[in-house]
Amino acid sequence: MKAEVYKSARYLPFGDNALLVEFGDAISLEANSLVLALNEAILKADIAGVEELVPTYRSLLVRYNPLKTSYEQLVFCIKDIEETLDKATLEIDGKKITIPVAYGGDYGPDLSYVAECHGLSEEQVVKLHSRREYRVYMIGFVAGFPYLGEVPDEIATPRLETPRLKVPAGSVGIAEKQTGIYPCEAPGGWRIIGRTPIKLFNPLQQPPALIKSGDTVKFKSISKREFKIIENAVLKGEYPLLSKE
Amino acid sequence: MATFRVINPGLFTTVQDLGRLGYLKYGVPISGAMDTFSFIAANLLVANDPNDACLEITLIGPEMQVLAKTQIAITGGVASPKINGQNAQMWETLDVEEGDVISFGKIYGGCRSYLSVRGGINTPLLLGSRSAYVRGMFGGINGRQLKAGDMIEAFAKPVLKTRLSMPTELVPKFTNQFTAHVVLGPQDDMFTEKGVQTFFSNPYKVSFEADRMGYRLEGPVIEHKTKADIVSDALLPGAVQVPKNGQPILIMRDAQTTGGYPKIAVVISPDVSLLGQAKPNDIVEFSKITLKQAREKSCEYFKLLKNLRGMLVKSK
Repeated sequence: MKAEVYKSARYLPFGDNALLVEFGDAISLEANSLVLALNEAILKADIAGVEELVPTYRSLLVRYNPLKTSYEQLVFCIKDIEETLDKATLEIDGKKITIPVAYGGDYGPDLSYVAECHGLSEEQVVKLHSRREYRVYMIGFVAGFPYLGEVPDEIATPRLETPRLKVPAGSVGIAEKQTGIYPCEAPGGWRIIGRTPIKLFNPLQQPPALIKSGDTVKFKSISKREFKIIENAVLKGEYPLLSKE
Repeated sequence: MATFRVINPGLFTTVQDLGRLGYLKYGVPISGAMDTFSFIAANLLVANDPNDACLEITLIGPEMQVLAKTQIAITGGVASPKINGQNAQMWETLDVEEGDVISFGKIYGGCRSYLSVRGGINTPLLLGSRSAYVRGMFGGINGRQLKAGDMIEAFAKPVLKTRLSMPTELVPKFTNQFTAHVVLGPQDDMFTEKGVQTFFSNPYKVSFEADRMGYRLEGPVIEHKTKADIVSDALLPGAVQVPKNGQPILIMRDAQTTGGYPKIAVVISPDVSLLGQAKPNDIVEFSKITLKQAREKSCEYFKLLKNLRGMLVKSK
């Protein structure tokens, strides 16, 4: 079923210093593309008083300085920009990133469950998960955590009933049709199928996160041995993080 | 060179400035002082920049030895500060000498106090801020709260000849009752009319699950129409989320940057700062205002913060 996108975007106040532009109420590539395109367009327009933009699945948060602009003024400006977006050819300015993942075993304690759940072998799950290119819909939850979509229906799996108190850094998980990567150790209920040695977040770097909304991520299956080699290279700062295309 | 040595860290003392702006899109919270007004006042009382890093003290203050002569100011929740065991004034410039011991009583009237030091605290600038984001384990002193033995360094600046104090009428008085002015939305349409009315006509108690990330509040159940979740969208401090159990959660400065519960309303900036002084068992009442009123109130507040330096007086 095709997810819904509103006929026209909704503008919603968010307290005294922000507003939301909402394009839909479901996860959809179309709504997310509109969010990201508007994000780009507002950045380019450099509107007075706009302090920060936060793109998420289906809406864009615009944080502003109430001493420099107002809700009404901004809605007026942004509507103008939004209406001129060429909705037929939305170009998202994103990079392509390949994330190496060691699937299964200690690194992916839920891989066997996901396989069993769908009557597949673990190898088939790995193939299905690593075959696709995923859109980065948004970054949230913890610093640098990318929400990626959407996994093939054959491997979409509900969250754990009781979340784990600690999911190790680098863990790659599935929650329904979403997949994501834990940049740091955190509590979480996603089904963990593998782990990457790549460091996704570093507050000493600019930008601090490897992945941003609008990027494209592809997973690559690696062996436990390769994991160790890459892990060491990452520690030494020698692993090429981006495979630019 | 270090300015203070921490003898006892207190309950939860962190280095904070005005926070990390511009990184929400990477999932990095704003962080920064919970009570912006008291924080800025602390800096201005030692003629610092408003954004210089201070200590944010929570409920039980630290004990610290002064290692080099400097000036400090203490603001925020009533913290009963002492220098060498003698009561010291809040909201004014204080001189401290090498060997002095700064200590605190329990904080009453509020939840958080600020200790500024002339020159500002020097911790690494990470993503434009020195604030500790303890959950993310970065910023401040090694990404954590203070512990005994920590050395705190301040930037060197000449001692002030004129000591400053805050005029009494500008010193906020914190009680255990808070009124939070809110703008309805962005997802108020997911609640029944009765639910919205419940939210505005009842007091909510701050539970013990209250920290820099947010406060879980307890009170009459706020009724959703049907669903109690949304496709996750962005959060800012002040947002009031209501999960399925109908009990509101007030989002504060270290909260995650996105969330999947509908937000019935958002508290305006001046009141988010005020609520930085709310502690468990305190009462919060929500009062609905229009966007226009919100703008007036917040402009007045931001102007006050801008003009505060000029409003300080010379200490007697």
